[in-house]
Amino acid sequence: MTATDDDRRVDPGSPAVAELPDTEKLPEAVSLETEEGRRLAAQLADEKARHARKLLEVRDLSTQFFTKDGVVHAVDRVSFELDYGETLGLVGESGCGKSVTALSLTRLVPDPPGKITSGEVIFDGVDIMKLSSEEMRLLRGKRIGFIFQDPMTSLNPTLTIGFQIAESARLHLGLSNRAANDRAVELLSKVGIPRARDRMGDYPHQFSGGMRQRVMIAIALACDPMLLLADEPTTALDVTIQAQILELIRSLSDEFGTAVILITHDLGIAAGMCHRVNVMYAGQIVETGVVDDLFENPRMPYAWGLLDSLPRLDEERGSRLRTIEGMPPDLIHVGDDCRFAPRCPYSRDICLEDEPQLTEREGPDHLARCWGTEPGRAWIE
Amino acid sequence: MTTYIIRRVAWLIPVVFVVSVITFLLMHAAPGTPFQPVSDRPLPPAVIERLEEQFGLNEPIYIQYVNWVGNILQGDLGPSYRIRGRGVSDIIADNMWASVQLGTMSFALAVILGIPLGVIAALRQNKWPDYLSTFISVIGIATPSFVLAVLLVLIFSVTLHWFPTSGWRGPEYWVLPVVALSGYGIAQVARYTRASMLEVTRRDYVRTAQSKGLKERSIVTVHMLRNAFIPVVTILGPLLAGLITGSFVVESVFAIPGIGRFFVDAIFQRDYGLIMAVTLLYAVLIAVMNLVVDVAYAWIDPRIRYS
Repeated sequence: MTATDDDRRVDPGSPAVAELPDTEKLPEAVSLETEEGRRLAAQLADEKARHARKLLEVRDLSTQFFTKDGVVHAVDRVSFELDYGETLGLVGESGCGKSVTALSLTRLVPDPPGKITSGEVIFDGVDIMKLSSEEMRLLRGKRIGFIFQDPMTSLNPTLTIGFQIAESARLHLGLSNRAANDRAVELLSKVGIPRARDRMGDYPHQFSGGMRQRVMIAIALACDPMLLLADEPTTALDVTIQAQILELIRSLSDEFGTAVILITHDLGIAAGMCHRVNVMYAGQIVETGVVDDLFENPRMPYAWGLLDSLPRLDEERGSRLRTIEGMPPDLIHVGDDCRFAPRCPYSRDICLEDEPQLTEREGPDHLARCWGTEPGRAWIE
Repeated sequence: MTTYIIRRVAWLIPVVFVVSVITFLLMHAAPGTPFQPVSDRPLPPAVIERLEEQFGLNEPIYIQYVNWVGNILQGDLGPSYRIRGRGVSDIIADNMWASVQLGTMSFALAVILGIPLGVIAALRQNKWPDYLSTFISVIGIATPSFVLAVLLVLIFSVTLHWFPTSGWRGPEYWVLPVVALSGYGIAQVARYTRASMLEVTRRDYVRTAQSKGLKERSIVTVHMLRNAFIPVVTILGPLLAGLITGSFVVESVFAIPGIGRFFVDAIFQRDYGLIMAVTLLYAVLIAVMNLVVDVAYAWIDPRIRYS
């Protein structure tokens, strides 16, 4: 879908027509309408095929970094799925492999030293691990948009933001300079930049952090991607701006039907934004489930710990924040054990001897990687 | 920006004044005068006295300075004390051009070869193009221009007869001196460009550019080069000034009628007028180059604005 969605939703004759902000823009919108119509028809035809499959299926994805100290198992046999239009949270401590997972999905892991060593990533029916680098490049920015953590450093300081937004629209959608610029203006106002047309020629340093992240979102959405990878999009922003940016991501993804993988270490954000959550620890997914279910009934001690460490409003003032004891393991020396065992208050011998697998808890939607809650063996609770 | 440039140009006046005073004092503090060089056959005292009177060298030094300034302000650079019958203005006018040509062409070569060398080295870090480029850079920096000049003459003039050994009469005369003089510049520019490109490669906005699915070539040319160029520009101004003013050795090897030779001779011969004129010329040149660099910064990096 394109940014003309707004116009299409306006039902002629309904009171909404009166809200059309700018009548001068109407002819432009109408001329796009036919193209939009054709696109819609094609989309409907696709819809049936899509219902049968997921937008994204990741199977046994492993990414390793080959350093002089040894092989770092940054992402270790990660598998998950994502529906069209779904928002999935990827949650965990720093260094647990969230970002590398996201980079691996677009094959952007810096090589050397990084390498995707195994796995399949089926995106919209295509295994992107089998694509040539040129085919992969065409997917990036067009079908998969990326929002990075720090908007201060993620925008090019020597190029105008108008150029940086229009650039991928020109490349991927084959728009003329003029059309790409119009599209960039549209996107800018959509992400909430006032006086968008006047600000096209401004440089990133002329924007505040929150505004820059809005620009980043406009860049990521420039070609109306099916999947948006948001890697800690609000970590570098102050709290009031965080809420605005998250709300923006949510409303735009709803509007465009974009699926989102939201990487965050903030469980509150995950709870508010996501349909489902994957908890990652030491390069592995340790628990996955529908967000309410997982937050109410976590089945893995690390997920408990994470939830417990959230500061709570109903707590007595002055009580200490709870933390998870110890440090995440070093990912060079990984063995056949539960990686959380050294920090786990419930660990038993089996946790150090054998690696637990992601298995079902309560239902097929809730999986956890823990001997202690493994059905038939559970000793926790 | 215009105000800024005007102010910077106005600043040239005090700079030139200070440089001229220091040069004037140092020059006179050095033993000997134009007519009493340290290691020359001495002239009879009566002759020296008459010559000094004729050129005003018997006056107190501050009077001499004031006189010199007065002449300068009237556009008169004064006579050469050693080259009979020629004014300093003539000498400079006749010889400056060859130095400027040599320096500018060497500079252009340094930029045209140095930047691609550095870029290629950075993009193929620790692969053979990088090693080759580093090898060329080390050679370029370690080899003095006169060694390079003599080697070039030996190979391309004496042995292969491709280019003339000396002179400055046309394009075929330019090749060897320009190559000899630019060796150091190429190496310097390549090294800076490589380091700067490697730095930029790791920047977040390059990852953003990759995530947009841009072609490798436009990532390099549109997103990286301009940012990588900012530190390189810093060395380009002094490099150009240095190539124009510092070509004395190469001018000597190739018998090029440049100003460098006159400058060095003038110092040895205490040719006061010529020393002063060339020094000031160089001072202005370097100051202007620095201004050009600063303006170029603002043009390349939109974050820099002068007021």
